[in-house]
Amino acid sequence: MTTPLLEVRGIDKSFGPVQVLHDVAFSAYAGEVTALVGDNGAGKSTLVKCVGGIYPIDSGEMLFDGRPVQVHGPRDAGVLGIEIVYQDLALCDNLDIVQNMFLGRERRRGLVLDEASMEEMAEQTLSGLSVRTVKSIRQQVSSLSGGQRQTVAIAKAVLWNSKVVILDEPTAALGVAQTAQVLELVRRLADKGLAVVLISHNMNDVFAVSDRIAALYLGRMAAQVRTADVTHAQVVELITSGRSGDLGIVQ
Amino acid sequence: MNKVKELPGEAIVAATQAPSIGRSVRAYVERVRGGDMGALPAVLGLVVLCTVFAIARPSFLTAINFANLFTQGAAVTVIAMGLVFVLLLGEIDLSAGFASGVCAAVLAVTLTNMGLPWYVCVLAAILTGVLIGTVLGALVAKVGIPSFVVTLAAFLAFQGLVLLLVDEGTNISIRDNVVVAIATRNLPPWLGWALYAGGVAIYAAVQLLRARGRAKRGLVADPMSLIAARVGTLAVIAGLAVYVLNLERSRNALITSLTGVPIVIPVILALLVVWTFVLRRTAFGRHIYAVGGNAEAARRAGIAVDRIKVSAFVICSSMAAVGGIIAASRASSVDPNTGGSSVLLYAVGAAVIGGTSLFGGKGRVLDAILGGAVVAVIENGMGLMGYGASVKYLVTGSVLLLAAGVDALARKRAAAAGLR
Repeated sequence: MTTPLLEVRGIDKSFGPVQVLHDVAFSAYAGEVTALVGDNGAGKSTLVKCVGGIYPIDSGEMLFDGRPVQVHGPRDAGVLGIEIVYQDLALCDNLDIVQNMFLGRERRRGLVLDEASMEEMAEQTLSGLSVRTVKSIRQQVSSLSGGQRQTVAIAKAVLWNSKVVILDEPTAALGVAQTAQVLELVRRLADKGLAVVLISHNMNDVFAVSDRIAALYLGRMAAQVRTADVTHAQVVELITSGRSGDLGIVQ
Repeated sequence: MNKVKELPGEAIVAATQAPSIGRSVRAYVERVRGGDMGALPAVLGLVVLCTVFAIARPSFLTAINFANLFTQGAAVTVIAMGLVFVLLLGEIDLSAGFASGVCAAVLAVTLTNMGLPWYVCVLAAILTGVLIGTVLGALVAKVGIPSFVVTLAAFLAFQGLVLLLVDEGTNISIRDNVVVAIATRNLPPWLGWALYAGGVAIYAAVQLLRARGRAKRGLVADPMSLIAARVGTLAVIAGLAVYVLNLERSRNALITSLTGVPIVIPVILALLVVWTFVLRRTAFGRHIYAVGGNAEAARRAGIAVDRIKVSAFVICSSMAAVGGIIAASRASSVDPNTGGSSVLLYAVGAAVIGGTSLFGGKGRVLDAILGGAVVAVIENGMGLMGYGASVKYLVTGSVLLLAAGVDALARKRAAAAGLR
C-alpha cells in the first residue's frame, strides 16, 4: 500500500471541557479524492482546522509524505503545500480575480506590484484547470456567480503548487449545474496528482467524485473505506450511528 | 453587475478581446447601472453647481475667484485625502479636523514662540500627526474600541489640546516666509507651464510603457486611442487651468502683479500622485482594499490586519497635519478654531461626495479632490451670492446626506445585481 501524502494519527482536541476529537486517524492520498463526511458537530471542520494549523492539537501526530511534521500556524501548512478552501470562501468582493488569487502573496518588482506576471500566472492556472466560465480575469469578484466564486477560491489554493487541497463543503450553496462544474474541477485536481479532501453533506457528491470516504461520528473516526466498497445506505448509517455491519466503532 | 452565463464553450475572452474606446465606454455605463457610480455624481454636481453660480454671479468665473477656490478648499481637501484611507477600511476618523488644529498649533508654537527653523517646525507638526494616528489606530485595532468612539473622544480631547497649546485662546501669528507661501503665494507663470508639460509627459509615458509591457506579454493592453483620449483630456483640462491661473488677477496690475498657479496646487497634486501610487501599485495599498472588502479574508491570506489599520490611521492623521499646516499658512495664524467648526464634516463630506464609500473597500484619493472641489464651490458660490453661514451649512449638510444616500443606494443596487 502506498504511503498517504497526509496522515494524522491519534488526534485529540478539546475546547475547554468539551472534547471535540477523540483519537482521530485520517489519511489522504495523492491523486485521490478523500471525502470527509459526518453529521453536524461530528468534528469535520475542527479536524480540518487542526490540519491547517488554525487550531493547535492537544495530542497526536501528523505525517506529511511519511515524515513527521509540526504545524503551528496557517503559514506552516502553506509551506508544506496544504491549502484549505473554506466554506465562506474568504474572497474580497471589491477586488478582481487576479488580486484575490494573489492576496497576501503579491508578486512585486521592488516596491511596485508586478501586475502583468500575476495576471499571466492566474490565467495559466485557470486554463490549466480548464476553467472557461469567467469573462475576464480582471472582473470584480462581486460580479461572479456562486460557482465561479468557488472556482476562483479553488484556483487560488492551487496556484501555489499545493499538494493537499482541503475543500470545506464547496457545493453547499450551489445550484445543480454549478455543483457539477465544481465537482468536475475537484476531480481534475485529483487527476493532476493532488491529494484532495472534500468535506460534504451531500451523498450524491461524495459518491460522484470520491475514491475514499472517511466518516466521523461524534468526534471519533467511524471508518475509512474505499468508496467502491460501500453503499449509500452504509455511509448514511456510519454518519448517523457510527457503525454499519462490520464497519464502524466497536462498542 | 453583469453576470456571466455559464456556457461550457465560453472561453476566457480576456486574451482575445482588446478594449476599444467604445467597449470601455459601454463597460463604464454598465458599471454605473450596476450601482458603481464612482466619481460620476461629483463630476455632474461640479458641472451643475458651476453653471448655476456662473449664471447667477458672473464674478464666479473670474480668474481671481478660480484661484481662490483652490486656496479655500486646499486644507479640507488634504484632510479628506487622508480620510479616504480610514474610510477604505470601513472606519471613520471624527478627530481629523482637530488633529489638524493640534498639528497647526504645534507648528505655530515651535515656529513663532520658539523661533525654530521652518523645516523643523513642519516636521514637528507632521510627526505630531503620526503620533496621533498611532495612538488612535492602536486603540481601534489592538484594544478594539470602535473607531467612532475613539475618534469622538479624540475630537473632544484635541479641542482641549489646541486650547492648551495656544494658551487659552490667544492667536499665534505666523510670519515665516516659507510657511506662509504654501497657501498664499503663486508659482511664476513659466514654472506653472513647465510643471504642466512635465506632468503630462510623465503621465503619457507611464501609460504608454504600461501598455507596451502588457502587450509584450500577450496580455490585454489599452489601445492607443484610449491612451490618447486619456492623455488628451488631462492635457486640455490642466492646460486650461494653468492658462487661467497665469492670467493677471490683480485689480491694479501696476502696483502688484498677481499671476501664476498657487503653490498649494502642485503640493496637492504631488500628494495625489504619491498616495494613488501607494494605493494602486503597492502591496500595502492592495491590502488596505482587501481589509476594507473582507477583513476575515485578508486575515486568512496572512495580512496583518491590525498593522494595516494602524497605518491607515497614521496616514489619516499625518495628512490632517499637512492640512493643518496649509490652514495655518492661509490664515497666517493659528487660533483655537483652527481645524474646528465645519472642517471635519467638510472633509468627510468631500471624500464621500467624491465617491468613497462609507462602508469600506471602495474609494480613491482622487475622490477627495473631486469632492473637495464640490464643497469649495458650494462654499465659494454661496458666499458670492451673499448667503450667510446658515444657508451654507444647510446646503453642505444636504449635499453630504445626498452623497451618503447615493453611496448606500448604490451598494444596495450592487448587492442586488450581484445576487441576481
